[in-house]
Amino acid sequence: MTTEPIAAPAPAEDVTLPVLTVDGRGGNGDGRGGGGGRDGSTGEVPLYKRLLNRLVEANPTVVTILSIFTALIFGGILIDVTSGTVVHALSHIGSHPGRALSLTCTTVLDAYGAIFSGSVLSPTALGHAISTGQGWTGVFNPLSETCVAATPLILAGVGVAIGFRTGVFNIGAQGQLIAGSIVALYVGFAVHLPIGIHLPLVILAGAAGGAAAGLIPGILKARTGAHEVIVTIMLNYVFLNLLNYILGGAPFQLPGQTNEISQKMLSTARMPHLFGSTLRVNLSFVIAIAMAALASWFMNRSTLGFSFKVSGANANAARTAGMSSSKVTILVFAISGLFAGMAGMATLAGTNFFLSSGYGGTIGFNAITVALLGRNKPWGVVWASMLFAMLDVGGATMQVRTGITLDLTSVIQATIIFFIATPMLVREIYRLRSTGQGALQLFTKGWSG
Amino acid sequence: MSVVTATLPADPGPDEQEIRSRTGRFVSLRRVRGMGIFLIGLAVIMVLPFGLKVPSNLSAIFTLSEPPSITVPNLVQPVRATSIGLAIACAIVGVILITRKSSRGSYLIFSFGTLLFLWSFLVWVGRGTSLNFVSLLAETVIYSTPIIYGSLSGVLCERSGVINIAIEGQFLAGAFLASLVASATGDVWLGALCGAAAGALFGALLAFLSLRYGADQIIVGVLIDAFALGLTNFLLQEIFTDHPNLNSPPVFTDIAIPGLSKIPVLGPALFDQNAIVYGAAILLVVIHLALFRTRWGLRVRAVGEHPTAASTVGIHVLQIRYTNVILGGVVAGLGGAAFTIGSYGQFTSNMTAGLGFVALAAMIFGRWRPFGGLGAALLFGFSISLVSFIGVLGVNIPSPLLAMAPYLITIAVVAGLVGRVRPPGADGVPYKRE
Repeated sequence: MTTEPIAAPAPAEDVTLPVLTVDGRGGNGDGRGGGGGRDGSTGEVPLYKRLLNRLVEANPTVVTILSIFTALIFGGILIDVTSGTVVHALSHIGSHPGRALSLTCTTVLDAYGAIFSGSVLSPTALGHAISTGQGWTGVFNPLSETCVAATPLILAGVGVAIGFRTGVFNIGAQGQLIAGSIVALYVGFAVHLPIGIHLPLVILAGAAGGAAAGLIPGILKARTGAHEVIVTIMLNYVFLNLLNYILGGAPFQLPGQTNEISQKMLSTARMPHLFGSTLRVNLSFVIAIAMAALASWFMNRSTLGFSFKVSGANANAARTAGMSSSKVTILVFAISGLFAGMAGMATLAGTNFFLSSGYGGTIGFNAITVALLGRNKPWGVVWASMLFAMLDVGGATMQVRTGITLDLTSVIQATIIFFIATPMLVREIYRLRSTGQGALQLFTKGWSG
Repeated sequence: MSVVTATLPADPGPDEQEIRSRTGRFVSLRRVRGMGIFLIGLAVIMVLPFGLKVPSNLSAIFTLSEPPSITVPNLVQPVRATSIGLAIACAIVGVILITRKSSRGSYLIFSFGTLLFLWSFLVWVGRGTSLNFVSLLAETVIYSTPIIYGSLSGVLCERSGVINIAIEGQFLAGAFLASLVASATGDVWLGALCGAAAGALFGALLAFLSLRYGADQIIVGVLIDAFALGLTNFLLQEIFTDHPNLNSPPVFTDIAIPGLSKIPVLGPALFDQNAIVYGAAILLVVIHLALFRTRWGLRVRAVGEHPTAASTVGIHVLQIRYTNVILGGVVAGLGGAAFTIGSYGQFTSNMTAGLGFVALAAMIFGRWRPFGGLGAALLFGFSISLVSFIGVLGVNIPSPLLAMAPYLITIAVVAGLVGRVRPPGADGVPYKRE
C-alpha cells in the first residue's frame, strides 16, 4: 500500500479514472494502492499500451461510443429487414452472394449517408458550391437546421441532467417547457418595447415560467414527499391542457381565428439570425451553448452546485454535512424547470413565433434521453443533443431520398439509450474489462428517496 | 397484517404527533385537522356557488333506472335546498375531524365528507336538467378498470422489490395488440390474450435489463414507456392508416349477472359489465389471497422486504422477481386491452394518456395492497367519467380545464392525502447475490 500517492509515479493511469466517473464521486486516495502496486512492478507502461488498455475497459466514453455503434448496427439490420430488395437479394444469396452482400451494405450506407448529408454536410452540394461559387446557403443549411433542432434539446437536457446529478428525476420538462413558452409568448406579444429590452425580457419570462412550473413538484416533494415521477408526469398533462385552454380564447388566441393558434410574437421579441435571414440558426443556439457553459460552471465550481452533487451522490452524507435536503430539492427543481422553460422560449422566439396545440412535441422526453446519453454533464448533453438533432433532421432527408420512414431514427435513438442505461449489457457484448462498479451506473431513488 | 412488516421496526418519522394507525398508515393529527379545514372550505363552495347563486326554483333530476334493474322513481332534488343541506352536513363532518383526538378512521370520515361534496356538485351540474346517475356509475366502473389492472400490476412488481414505471408502456402495448389481434381474428378473447402477452414482453424487458444487468428500474421503466409510445405510434401510422379494418375490433359484450343486475342503481353499474371488468374484480381477490394467504405470497413479500434474508432461507430472489415482473406485465397488458376491446374499440395515439401513472398513484395510495388501490382507482374513474358527462351536459366549463381534473386529483392524492406510506423495504433496490 502506498502511503504517499504523490511519491509513487506508477498509479498515474489509475488516478485519471475517477475523473471520468458519472457521478463525480472521485476520490483518488484510498483503495487505489493495489492497482498502483500491480503497475508499479512492471515499471514504465508504454503509452500505446495504456491507450489500448483504456479502449478495452468499460469506461464511460468507450461504453457511450459502443452504445451508439451497436444502435447503428441494430438500425442497419432493421433497414435491411424492412427493405424489399435486400430481402429478395438475400433469398438468392446462394446464386449471387456478392450482390446480396453488397446490397446489404449499400442500402444501409445509403440511408446513413442521407442522414449525414441532410444534417451536416452534403458533399454534392459542397462540390457544386465550390465549382460554381453559388449555393453556399444550401451547403450550410443542414448544419443550421441541426443547430436549430438541437437548441431546445440542449437547454431542456441540461435541466434534466442537473436534476439527475442531484438525484431527482424530472420528467416534467415537457410541462415546464410549455409553462415557460406561455409566459414568454405573453410578454412577446402583449408588451411593446424596443428590441434591446424586449428580447431579454422574453428570455427572462421563459426562464421564470419554467422555474415556477418546476417549483411545484419541488415543493410538493420537499414538503409532502410526493414522488416527483408521478407529480411531474401529471403536471405535463395539466400544462398540455392549460395550453389548449389558453389557445381557445382571448387574449392568447389569434384574433379572428377559430383554430387553436396563438398570436404571433412581435418582431422586437424575436431572436436575430446569426448568419443572414436564409439560415434559420439564431441567437437561441448561442444562448443554449452559453447556458450549458453556465451549468457546467455551476455544477463544478459553485457551492450550491457542489451541494447538489453531494445530495445526488449520497443523501445521508449531504444531511450530515448540514445541507438541507428540502432546500436542495426545491432549488434543483426550480433550476431544472428554468432550463426547460428557456427551451420552450428558445424555439418560440427563435423559429416558431407562435404556439399551437401540441407545441414542444416530444422534446420533454428527448431531454431525458440526451441527459442520459450525455452522462448528465452539460457538455455531454450538448454533444448528445447535436447527435439526436442530426438524426432527427437527417431522418427527414433519408425518408425523402431512400423511402425509409423517419421513425427509424427514433428507434435508433431509443436503442442508444437502452444501451446507455444498461452499461453492463454493453460490457458483456464487447467483453470489456470492468473498471469497478459505480463508475458507470446511473441511479435514481425509489419511492421513499 | 403481514408477518414480515410486523417484525420490522416502525419508522417513527419526523412528526412528534405521528401515530401508527391500526392499518399501518401514518397519519398525523395535524393532517387530520387539515382535512377538516379542507372540508369546511368545500362546504363554503357548496353554500355559495352551488346553493345561493342558483335560482331557487331549479331542480336536478337523477335518473336511477337502467334496463336490467327494476324500475325506481327518479330522484328530484331542488338545487338550492339540497346544496345547503349537504353543505351543513359536510361542515359538521369537518368539525368532527378537527376535534378528533385520534386519527384512526379519519380517512373514512374524510371520504364521506368528499362524497357529500361530489353529490352537491352533481346536483349543481344537473340543475334544470336530468342526469343519468346509473350510467355515470357504470362509466366510472369502466374507466376505473384499467387503473385497477395497473395498480395490481404495480402491486405484483413492487411487492417483490421491482418498481414498475413501465405500466403506461405496457398499457399501450396491450391496447394496441389487443385491438390488432381482435380485429384480425374477430376473437376478443384471443385479443385479450395477445394484449396480455404484449404487456408480458415489456415486463420481461424490464426484468431482463434491471435484474440481469442491474440497470436502474425507474430509468428503464421510463424508457419503456417512451419506446412503447413511439412503437405504437409508428405501427399505428404504418399499419392502421392503410388497413383501417385492422383497427376496428369487436368489443367484449356485457354479461348481466342474473339477480344481482336487477338491484336498482348499483346493479347495472356493477353486475352488467363485460368480462374484462369482471376479470379485474376476480384478479383483485386472487392477488390479495395469493399475496397474503399463500406460501408464494409470503415469499414474494419477503423478497420485496429483505432479499438477503429471503435468500438465506433458500428463496430464489431473482426467480421470484422475474416471475412477478412478467406477471405484472401480463396484468398491465390486460389493463391495456380494457382500453380497446374492453370499451372504446379503436386504438388511438397515446390513448392511455398517463393513466399508467395514475394507476401507480392509486397503488401508492392503497399502500401496495390490492384492495387499497381500489378506492383510489374508483375515484379517478369517477372523475374521468364525470368530465365526459359534464361535456355532454354542456355545462359552461371549458373542456381543457375539465380534462385537467383527474391529473390534479392524482397530484392531490399523492401529495396530500396519502400520508406517510412505507413502500416494500427493497423496492427499487437491485439485488446481487453474495
